[in-house]
Amino acid sequence: MRNYIVRRLLQLLPVLLGISIVIFAVLRLIPGGFASGMLGIDATPELIAQVEARYGLDQPAVTQYLRWMSGVLHGDFGQSFRSGAAILPEMMTRFGVTAELTILAAVISWCIALPLGILAAVKRNTMADRVVRVAALLGVSVPGFALSILVILFLSLAFNYYPPLDYVGFFTDPGKNLEIMALPALILGASMSGSVMRMTRSSVLEIFRQDFIKTVRAKGASEWVTIVRHVLRNALIPIVTLVGMQIGSLLGGAVVIEQIFSLPGLGLMTLTGINNRDYPVVQGCVLFIAFIYVLVNLVVDILYAYIDPRISYD
Amino acid sequence: MTNLLEMKDLSIDLYRGKKIPPVKLVEGVNLSIRKKQNFGVVGESGCGKSITCSSIMGLLSFPLSVGKGSSIRFLDSEDQEVEIAGLSPAGLRRLRGKEISMIFQEPMTALDPMYTIESQIAEALSFHTRMTKAEIHDAALEMLRKVKIPRPDQILQDYPHHLSGGMLQRVMIAIALINNPRLLIADEPTTALDVTIQAQILDLMNELRESYDTSVIMITHDLGVIAETCEEVAVFYAGQVVEQASVEAIFHETAHPYSAGLLRSVTSLDGAQKELYTIRGAVPTAGNFAPGCRFADRCDRCMDVCRERAPALCEIAPGHLCRCWLHAGGEDEGKGVAV
Repeated sequence: MRNYIVRRLLQLLPVLLGISIVIFAVLRLIPGGFASGMLGIDATPELIAQVEARYGLDQPAVTQYLRWMSGVLHGDFGQSFRSGAAILPEMMTRFGVTAELTILAAVISWCIALPLGILAAVKRNTMADRVVRVAALLGVSVPGFALSILVILFLSLAFNYYPPLDYVGFFTDPGKNLEIMALPALILGASMSGSVMRMTRSSVLEIFRQDFIKTVRAKGASEWVTIVRHVLRNALIPIVTLVGMQIGSLLGGAVVIEQIFSLPGLGLMTLTGINNRDYPVVQGCVLFIAFIYVLVNLVVDILYAYIDPRISYD
Repeated sequence: MTNLLEMKDLSIDLYRGKKIPPVKLVEGVNLSIRKKQNFGVVGESGCGKSITCSSIMGLLSFPLSVGKGSSIRFLDSEDQEVEIAGLSPAGLRRLRGKEISMIFQEPMTALDPMYTIESQIAEALSFHTRMTKAEIHDAALEMLRKVKIPRPDQILQDYPHHLSGGMLQRVMIAIALINNPRLLIADEPTTALDVTIQAQILDLMNELRESYDTSVIMITHDLGVIAETCEEVAVFYAGQVVEQASVEAIFHETAHPYSAGLLRSVTSLDGAQKELYTIRGAVPTAGNFAPGCRFADRCDRCMDVCRERAPALCEIAPGHLCRCWLHAGGEDEGKGVAV
């Protein structure tokens, strides 16, 4: 197992290298550069050249890339062109917000999806199943931003409640922080739970048909033991895969939800970076997001081995 | 009740929808199993033999269910009569694994891949008894020794995917017998195993039977298995019992043309046989039975009456029942000597 983890982490290096090249190139290929973006449409070519020279953007691309890369390798992601602030500490703070949102949303989605998914499978083709299936379909198909706007509208019109807009860190004021996080986490959680519910239902149904469930029942197991000990454990692999992918992509920032609830998360930082053509910010964020995504996948793969004794990495 | 198990007029319904009457997959089955008896059930795939036996454990699940008017009476270890058809889930759980156990056809898929052999044997005990972990471990170890598994203490820690089919079937037998049940249902226990292992498993079952007070229902399509293990046999065809007799009578005084066909289909090694014998045609689909005998279309000795009226199961010799117009003058179904 230890060797496996080390091997996987080493495999991470070429992946990150590739991503760094792609994002570096793509940023410079999209129309509009940092300088013209900052200076506006009235900027003269001389002015633009001046700004570019100041940020080293007049150098050949390879030189720029190598300079950036050598910084990254030394743990220095550089400064934002726009604000001049160091990128790495900013990214870490932002990631904290995103991670909290992701964890809350994931836990909420499991609390909704697992029991309901199992219920739908156990009571398949009944009213309960139909209700769960429709709800799951809604969860999958209603986009997060639409749901957010509806919820905000509803709360403000019906209860005169407006979600707070000034972000407060968890460690500064946990109560206030959770109040800010509650709505976006619920909405994200509800959206995520749709597909988890569907996966749980089909996976549990699949396991119910297996021979060994008949053996378990023939031994005199109660329905509860059958479902929790045997069905759920066997149904878990596809669910964990799906949840891993969801968490991986959410940790990269839930851009839309962060924007709507003005949460200073990683997604918003990346988006603002792109709008400003703030190259080092976007490069740093994308590289970091990719790193997190691959890391989450590794964790999922390791989890497989804990869930299923047939999977071993030795 | 002196018998261990009595099925009376058992039928099994296949649900097709609210407005459509269910299809009867099994109909009018009356079987009695005595204590310590070895009872064989033979028939082709899809004849209803497996679901009949699953119904004894209340293991039928939607869309299958035991039909109205069916009765399955069982004498439990405290000599109390229990009506299994219509028993509560809790009542069924008390019987399953404790009074009645089951071994399945596919040992490779019959055990949960996620748990060790020990924990799967332990479940059979912990559902029914209060034992400490150490006691359960010892009991499991002892049981593995009884089913002749080599290195039992190591096997206990193994997962199902570590073991071969034959070993897994031994584990299944260990699980089935660990509570010393009164009835063991073996649903084609050797079908999925290769021939040498088949013989070992049958030998083991024969041997264990001596030391347990267990009656066995052996479901199979292999007449060789029946000859080797059973005292009495019921031949199933299209959801009905068509012949029931002692093993000797089935093999030597075969009465029903279907049983005779099954016997002729057995291959022999004497070389005289050039081509394999098969019974022509296929089992009719449940729900589409023509009036008359269900075997009529495939029968070499079919008469006019066979296509018009359904024969009843009649006693043609002491202890020998047959559902055929060729025997005992034949009786209409319903009017016959109800057995």
